[in-house]
Amino acid sequence: MTGRSTDQYRRAWLLAIGLLLVSALLLLVGVAVGSTGFESVLNLQRDPQALQIVWEIRLPRTTGAWLSGALFGLAGSVAQGLFRNPLADPYLLGSASGALLGETIAVVLLGVSPVAAHWLARIGLTSAAFIGAVAAVMLTLLLAKGVQHTLRLLLAGVVVGVVLGAVSSLMLLLNPDIMQAMQSFMLGSTAFVDWTACLVMASVLCACMVAAWMMSHVLDGLALGESTAQSLGLNLPQMRLALIAVLALATGTAVAQTGLIAFVGLAAPHLVRSVVKTTHGRLIGLSSLMGAVLLMSADILARWLIAPQELPVGVLTAVLGGGYLLWLMHRQTGSGARVSGL
Amino acid sequence: MSTPLVTANPQATALHSIAMSARDVCARLGNVEVLSSVSLQFPAGCWTSVVGPNGAGKSTLLKVLAGLLPYSGEVLMWGQPVTTLKPKARARQLSWLGQNEASADELTVYDVTMLGRLPHQPWLAAPSAQDHAAVERALCTTQAWQWRSRTLAQLSGGERQRVLLARALAVEAEVLLMDEPLANLDPPHQTDWLLTVKALAASGKTVISVLHEVSFALQADVLVVMAQGRVTHQGACFEATTHRALERVFDQRIAVHHLAGQWLALPKI
Repeated sequence: MTGRSTDQYRRAWLLAIGLLLVSALLLLVGVAVGSTGFESVLNLQRDPQALQIVWEIRLPRTTGAWLSGALFGLAGSVAQGLFRNPLADPYLLGSASGALLGETIAVVLLGVSPVAAHWLARIGLTSAAFIGAVAAVMLTLLLAKGVQHTLRLLLAGVVVGVVLGAVSSLMLLLNPDIMQAMQSFMLGSTAFVDWTACLVMASVLCACMVAAWMMSHVLDGLALGESTAQSLGLNLPQMRLALIAVLALATGTAVAQTGLIAFVGLAAPHLVRSVVKTTHGRLIGLSSLMGAVLLMSADILARWLIAPQELPVGVLTAVLGGGYLLWLMHRQTGSGARVSGL
Repeated sequence: MSTPLVTANPQATALHSIAMSARDVCARLGNVEVLSSVSLQFPAGCWTSVVGPNGAGKSTLLKVLAGLLPYSGEVLMWGQPVTTLKPKARARQLSWLGQNEASADELTVYDVTMLGRLPHQPWLAAPSAQDHAAVERALCTTQAWQWRSRTLAQLSGGERQRVLLARALAVEAEVLLMDEPLANLDPPHQTDWLLTVKALAASGKTVISVLHEVSFALQADVLVVMAQGRVTHQGACFEATTHRALERVFDQRIAVHHLAGQWLALPKI
């Protein structure tokens, strides 16, 4: 064991523990922030209404923000490893727009409310979003003719995202009765997350985490290039499909509960890598935790900034994440050509 | 030229068994036929160098041998078609080092080299003590051990190449295929590479390399000369016929000389 980079190993553990502690702290803050303020927490014992606010609204949505962020972080690290592209992101690949379209179609056809609390409706919407996400990624890959060309892949992703987004908007325009409810999904919001949604996200997160971890060595191998990965005996076609399924499932589930939330999946793996250089086995878990912390803090910020009103959290992540992306591109211009593999 | 002129080295075939062979192998990239009915034998425990002008199909031949490209014809390893081997079993037997492959910028040197042990590790298993030992050996061989906790992004082109070479060595396969392994290496490390390959061949490993530096290629045991997707000559590096074939394939623009006990290819001016 003399050779293993023990320093990075220790850093990975410290980062994981740090992120978990921050999560716990943010959970407390999240429970305390809301239109009725901190008083609701103080009056928990006496006031049944306060208890309801904390237990039925604040706690599930704060937990939901954590889970959704974790799903986006996981999807982001899988996408970046799978497409060997540091700018890959569930949002940029069009899968998030596809998930939203899937959800919109389900809402329009089945007539269920996007905020339906029934678990069957939740799972139905999640499945529709998953199918939409898979279809969108496939469409992007088809347009980009594979994953080799970074620029083409990103352009195709943007095109698919815009077109599918437009179709969603059109469907909403034709069905004004669901417009109001879907609007918040387009902007991204944790306002409708209840315990059912949390349960769905938690189970999908566990399943995706296990699956992604089991295939993490494929992502490591792919980092050396496709031919090298193949020469190491990895079954690429099959594994790639499985990883796309994980990516789509994580994205679809998160989008179905909290709507379009941009850039969390992009930023989380980068933030992790700026602290610790590690293989995908650990990177996936850490990105997940990082995404969770990012979205949880963004959600708290969105609820607190213009309280008692609140911002859709998606707007906040878009502004903050967009800035981060610009900074990342600026920083990479030196080595950009090599990184993007063009 | 309808039939390729293949003169297998009789000495090599008599003394050694055949590690790999190709029979009537054709390969296409898109609509272009890059290899046209190539038949070759690679003696075990020998270092074979493949040379030829740009676009001769050298890299394609190596990829076909490694099972990375579709082809027609037959590729045999120890007399068995490689297609009958399971991918992982093949990966244990055969290590491949490509040129201009993406490099894992964000992974540490140690983690990258450990990827060479993937074919030896059961699924989901952590690296064994054996794997760690193999990685250390490989990194020491290419003198990259001191950077083990750095990431590839923090290394220069030549340093990176030494790490990728270590990754290929860490497989500890019987057959090593290397495409342009000298890219970006400075002269001392080119010499180191040469000594490493000679030591590998001496220990019974089979090395097949594609080299642009003809003088380095002439250090090998056997030389394969290719042009336009065909093999024009195969022979021992010290033979005069090999030297003539070499000069011919490069349009008589180079000449092979003998100097200080080595064969050198110099530009003809």
